[in-house]
Amino acid sequence: MLLAVLSGFILCALAPWLTRSFGERAGWLLALLPAALFVYFLTWVPAIADGESVIITYPWIPGLDVNLSFLVDGLSLLFALLISGIGTFIIIYAGGYLHGHEYLPRFYAIMFAFMASMLGLVVSDNIITLFVFWELTSITSYMLIGFNHEDKNARWYALQGLIVTVAGGLALLAGLVMLAVAAGGEYTLSGILAAEDMHAAPFFTGMLLAILFGTFTKSAQVPFHFWLPNAMAAPTPVSAFLHSATMVKAGVYLMARLNPAMAESDLWFYMLGIFGALTMLTGSVMALRSTGVKAILAYTTIMALGTLTMLIGIGTEGAIIAAMTFLLAHALYKAALFMLAGALDHETGTKDVTKMGGLRHVMPITFIAACVAALSLAGLPPLFGFIAKELMFEATLGARGGMAVFTATLAVLSAIMIVAMAAVFALRPFTGARKETPKTPHEAPPSMLAGPVVLAGLSLIFGLAGFIPAMAIVQPAVAAVFGAELSVELYLWHGINAPLMMSILAVILGLVLFWKWDTVLDGFKRLTFIDRFGAERGYERFMDAIVWVAEWQTRILQNGYMSNYLLVIVLTIVGLTGWTLLGHTDTPMPLALADVNLYEAVVAALVVAGAVFASVTRSRLGAVATLGIVGFGIALIYVLFSAPDLGTTQIMVETLTVILLVLVLFRLPEFINYSSAGTRVRDAAVALSLGGLMTLLILAVNDATVAEPISDTLVAWSEPEGHGRNIVNVILVDFRALDTLGEIFVIGLAAIGVYAMIRFRAEDKAQ
Amino acid sequence: MTGMDSLILRTATRFMMPLLLLFSLFVLLRGHDEPGGGFIAGLVAAVAFSLYAFAFDTRGARDIMWMEPRMMLGAGLFIATLSGIPAIFQGRAFFAAIWWPVEVPVLGEIKLSTPLVFDIGVYMVVIGSVMAIVLALAEAED
Amino acid sequence: METLMAFVVGALFAASIYMMLRRSLVKLVIGLILLSNSANLLIFTVSGLERGLPPLIAPGETLPAGGWADPLPQALILTAIVIGFGVLAFAVVLIHRAYQVVKEDDLDKMRSTDT
Repeated sequence: MLLAVLSGFILCALAPWLTRSFGERAGWLLALLPAALFVYFLTWVPAIADGESVIITYPWIPGLDVNLSFLVDGLSLLFALLISGIGTFIIIYAGGYLHGHEYLPRFYAIMFAFMASMLGLVVSDNIITLFVFWELTSITSYMLIGFNHEDKNARWYALQGLIVTVAGGLALLAGLVMLAVAAGGEYTLSGILAAEDMHAAPFFTGMLLAILFGTFTKSAQVPFHFWLPNAMAAPTPVSAFLHSATMVKAGVYLMARLNPAMAESDLWFYMLGIFGALTMLTGSVMALRSTGVKAILAYTTIMALGTLTMLIGIGTEGAIIAAMTFLLAHALYKAALFMLAGALDHETGTKDVTKMGGLRHVMPITFIAACVAALSLAGLPPLFGFIAKELMFEATLGARGGMAVFTATLAVLSAIMIVAMAAVFALRPFTGARKETPKTPHEAPPSMLAGPVVLAGLSLIFGLAGFIPAMAIVQPAVAAVFGAELSVELYLWHGINAPLMMSILAVILGLVLFWKWDTVLDGFKRLTFIDRFGAERGYERFMDAIVWVAEWQTRILQNGYMSNYLLVIVLTIVGLTGWTLLGHTDTPMPLALADVNLYEAVVAALVVAGAVFASVTRSRLGAVATLGIVGFGIALIYVLFSAPDLGTTQIMVETLTVILLVLVLFRLPEFINYSSAGTRVRDAAVALSLGGLMTLLILAVNDATVAEPISDTLVAWSEPEGHGRNIVNVILVDFRALDTLGEIFVIGLAAIGVYAMIRFRAEDKAQ
Repeated sequence: MTGMDSLILRTATRFMMPLLLLFSLFVLLRGHDEPGGGFIAGLVAAVAFSLYAFAFDTRGARDIMWMEPRMMLGAGLFIATLSGIPAIFQGRAFFAAIWWPVEVPVLGEIKLSTPLVFDIGVYMVVIGSVMAIVLALAEAED
Repeated sequence: METLMAFVVGALFAASIYMMLRRSLVKLVIGLILLSNSANLLIFTVSGLERGLPPLIAPGETLPAGGWADPLPQALILTAIVIGFGVLAFAVVLIHRAYQVVKEDDLDKMRSTDT
């Protein structure tokens, strides 16, 4: 299992090299890995279909009890099969679509990293591991969306997708940690789902909202839906993969995964139900007003994500069966449709359906595959999409708490528009008179047709023989999401009932809408003012505001005046430390000056006088000389108070400092007083406040002993253990040798820095 | 830099140099038991070489150092890091001290140890760093 | 004695901050030197001052006779002094280099990042 997850990352490293070595056929070769993974996951099917769920644990950091654990049950298996299965076709497809593309090796590398992250996400049992994979999918999809990095739009939309999903990711992390706390410190999904009394946690509402913020942004729910159609800037294979089986479904996966633990909550029900239904409708309306082949599909993806969210929210047995069936049906037809859209774009050179026509003669296979997949999208018999749609209608009618009317109405409205758009996609480019296109179209190459044909074929087979997916995949997935065993049977014919009536209504009205589509489009064109209020404008305003705040705080805080920085730092220290000091010291500070010897007082006075003179003198030489007095005075203090080593070191360093100053300082200009008297008084006041604080600090902590000093142990060990009688040296070279090693590295770095600065200057001059 | 043209300084330096360098070695080796150690000994030697550079010239100072300062810096870091490794082969923590008491005929018992090797590394780093700085600055004056 | 040293340390800190707030590059350097000295002395003072009790053990003994001054802060300060010198050298050369490039000693006129 570990190998299965990590193999994608390994191949990610090898892919560029393999692509270069095998050239033309690299796509077919590389597709062997996802194909192998698909077969590997298929071998799990019998066991999982029997109702097993398996947890595989690898010790990772055994000392800290951190494990890498994977959970395989119906839900994760469904996703893993979709990711690896569709992934296989996507890799083959990309070989044709990006044929001869300069960055194809890089494309494969990112694609495999993305696929592996997605697999890791759906099989993780530990929620922290899950989160890491979650973020990895955000990052890798950023690189995929921005793959055409020379295109400004691609970069902008990639960043938009990243910011939206990563903002959600942050909230998700908080939500997941709260979830673990609510489950009693349990960080595994299996443990969380088994936990009792989760709803009693006082932060349950906050936790739920945080998790939903994460899943809604990832799965493009209203009002965060805008990034998804913009992610169309990616090459088509990426869109096909992202939209059908992966990335955007990650949010759905997590909601489905957590459903057993959350389903009792009313908040969960209403949030998912309402936002899901609204997203479903928004996606359909936006699809209706689009003319680009990819845009139409992107908005129908939003519709599908909304539907899934709504169904999970409704949460009845029927709704979960509908959700899992719909998930599978959608993945099959959407991947096929996207690959066909790419084929159309690739062969004709345009993405606009209104500019294509009559292609059925030149691209017959594409046409047939498009018809089959679109029928599944529209939800017509005998395709798998029909079963899913029937179940969905039935589920909306069963929603509790007065939601049934709302969800059912929105579902039918959305279905009408989807039927229309499915017809637009399948018929517009292929029927009618031939139109002139930028490129002369031919049938797409086999690598680009393999995926659509197989997937569209599966839509048909699953529709005719519903028991195959029902037994093997859907039933265990439903069991995992619903939290209880139940049997699932999928049939085309359910008898004459309400869902069938709703379907018939949707198909009839949808065809009318298709017939009148050009009129509708004109109508939408007059409604462009909506764009000024959309969620995307909100995102742009928000980003502008961040930039504005950044500029404002840069002007205020980062204004380039060294003294301002220093003033802020010093005043902050004085303020915070002073506040703490005054608040926590109740005993009067002892002022004990009786024990001072005369010679000590003289040395102290000398040091202070030197420091004061150095700061007021106008002569550089005078300043350097008095600095020397200060330094040697301090050395004397070290020697007087039992630190001979420090005294010697200080004297040596003082000597070297004078040499340094002589070598450099006198090449700098004379002292000049730039500042006014007022500034000097202000600076003196600030400086004195810090000095005063330091004095108070010493007086306050002088007699305080917080803990037993460790140096007593060091002293006791010095002779017997360290074989040395100079304890300071034993500490430096033995007890704390690793520290000292770090310190001599710092010294070495400083020296090399100095050398480099001087040396580069010499080279500048030489040129 | 050509140094200060002072006969007294030059003569004094000529006599002082061996003494200062010997003293620095002495401070280094006895540092474990009496005041001293790699840092202080390194600073003493660096001051001595700097004095030489001022009395004569930087080229002369480079000549009497037996190694290019930057080389010495790197070698010092290398030796200091190396001294932590033997302990690993004994299954102990990085930088755990190992001692080998050696009986030397005239001087009596001498304690060889990884901390001593470490201190020699520190000594070389300090000399190398300070001299790299001082010589680079002094030569930049030209 | 700690009381007296508290005032010495305070005075050193005040002098160093005052110098660092000046606009002249050279004064900034002097402020830096004073600051590292005052920080070392602060740690030394807070660890407790002892007269004539260096942390040295007489031959044949296992503990310093009659008590000891805390050796740990001394070890820390010892490396701090040497590192302080290295960092000072770096700062001084950096400042000198900046002066050569910008030909300007007034810190308030060295504001933009691309000069």
